[in-house]
Amino acid sequence: MVSTESRPAGARERLAAPPRAAGPRPRRTAARRAAGALWPYLLVAPAVAGFACLLVYPFARSLVISVQHFRLGELIRGGAEFVGLANYAEVLGGPEFWSVVRRTFVWTAVNVALIMLIGTGVALMLPHLGRRMRLAVMSGMVLTWATPVLAATTIFQWLFQSRLGVVNWLLVRLGLGSFEDYTWFADGTATFAILVALVVWQSVPFAALTLYAGLTTIPAELYEAARIDGASARQVFARVTFPILRPLFGLITSLEIIWVFTCFAQIWAISRGGPDDATTTLPVHAFLIAQSLHKYDLGSAVSTLTVLILLAVLVVHLRRMFRHEGEQA
Amino acid sequence: MRRVTLNLAALAVLVVSVFPVYWMAATAFTPTVDILSETPSLWPARPTLDHFATAVRAAGFWAFWRNSLTVTVSAVLLALAVALLAAFAVARMRWRGRRGFILMVFVAQTAPWSALLVPVYIIARDADMLDRLSTLTLVYFVTTLPFTIVTLRGFIAAIPPELEEAALMDGCGRAAAFRRVVLPLLAPGLMSTSLFGFITAWNEFAFANALIIKDQGDRTLPIWLSTFSNVFGTDWGATMAAATLFMLPVLLVFLVLQRRVTSGMIAGAVKG
Repeated sequence: MVSTESRPAGARERLAAPPRAAGPRPRRTAARRAAGALWPYLLVAPAVAGFACLLVYPFARSLVISVQHFRLGELIRGGAEFVGLANYAEVLGGPEFWSVVRRTFVWTAVNVALIMLIGTGVALMLPHLGRRMRLAVMSGMVLTWATPVLAATTIFQWLFQSRLGVVNWLLVRLGLGSFEDYTWFADGTATFAILVALVVWQSVPFAALTLYAGLTTIPAELYEAARIDGASARQVFARVTFPILRPLFGLITSLEIIWVFTCFAQIWAISRGGPDDATTTLPVHAFLIAQSLHKYDLGSAVSTLTVLILLAVLVVHLRRMFRHEGEQA
Repeated sequence: MRRVTLNLAALAVLVVSVFPVYWMAATAFTPTVDILSETPSLWPARPTLDHFATAVRAAGFWAFWRNSLTVTVSAVLLALAVALLAAFAVARMRWRGRRGFILMVFVAQTAPWSALLVPVYIIARDADMLDRLSTLTLVYFVTTLPFTIVTLRGFIAAIPPELEEAALMDGCGRAAAFRRVVLPLLAPGLMSTSLFGFITAWNEFAFANALIIKDQGDRTLPIWLSTFSNVFGTDWGATMAAATLFMLPVLLVFLVLQRRVTSGMIAGAVKG
């Protein structure tokens, strides 16, 4: 019943290694080939439709709203008016936006630096541990990783609770009497620090375990050769480990930059950007403007600027990360 | 000497990574009297299940649990079906626009979703889709889709095409060859991929917070947990019991995955 002619288009092509090397297909009519060529498009159509409706369209809508006058009235009645770049001018002209941008940069830099430092440290430490200790540390990392964001925010609120929190108890026990009943979440800097601790705590496992997996792929001979040449541990890292893992480092830092820069759930659940805006980063700022003040137009403008700033940061980061590679080539 | 420092450092990492979760579970089992004492007891000496009873009896707990499960499972199944088709096209076929599609998947995977909160809210409002679990399902479907496509593509690519060729030679149609040869080999991949999707959707907070506003009955567990102070006041035992119950399914998933956890995450992050 099923003949070989009804064999699908991809069946033959997939054996050809380079895409363009697929030679002419014998014994196949043009009509059949055309029908077969449609298959891949039919297969990806639902995925493309999903991205189009819930990624491309919202993004485009956001861009459109950012050049309209779109407040509560327009949300209910519709008929938003085109205002050009007035929203961007208003956002960029105010002092608030720039202080939020500065805070977002500090937030991203502190978090990503700590995540990469601790993550690299743990990854480098793992191969030197005994089997049991290594398994224990890795299991601990996976446990941290598995903790849902909202469970983690709730736990940290309990850990740093003023009167009954175990952190204050420990600090007082260590002789820091000033932490008796200290209310962490009333102070901007303290709340910021707790959020950093939370995000770093949650993000280190990914960095550490991914880097460790990368480390295990480096052949032992390279390390032996370096050791025979009398290289110190630091030199081994700088000359052997890091250059080999540079793409992985680049990838992990980029992902962490994206995740930390756009981090919303942790901040919103713990402080909603407060106290006194001390933890308001760009995504929180955009949401606050739009949702609490009903200035959807300004919120959309801030969202657009957030994406642009993030892209600029990533480009600069990736350039710096891979400049050396280009020089060597 | 070096060994001692190394092991001490490892111990420190272990304690810091495990303690918060341990403290959650310990508090959940500690009687309120002991929680309120001046010196916290590091071990629940007189374990109790009272806090779990309080959490489970809290208004709407089971409804939120059901909501979370419905939204998560339907989003994951939808993503799995759609991603399977796309991953097959990407892994096994050559077509114009393939590179563009892969690029789009990667952009989607790293998309700053929090920047889309406001437009998605407005679109959902215009379409009269606010306060509906189906809206959340669609959002979670798209957020888990890129990761699902990338990992499934890796799993499909790992299956030798010759196996399918052989089935085709033996007179199988394309669909039959896929169903009888590829699908059984793909089962473990489908399993671990869907579990990762499950975790992502189960944990999601920002969109659930922005899209379910008026109808409290349609909330999901993360939203419920974020308002714990309204629900339990200062009853930290019950709050931690609720957090434990919320984390439990995720922990089970991780136990099932075990080894595949790291490799799967790396495959999702790195593999082109």
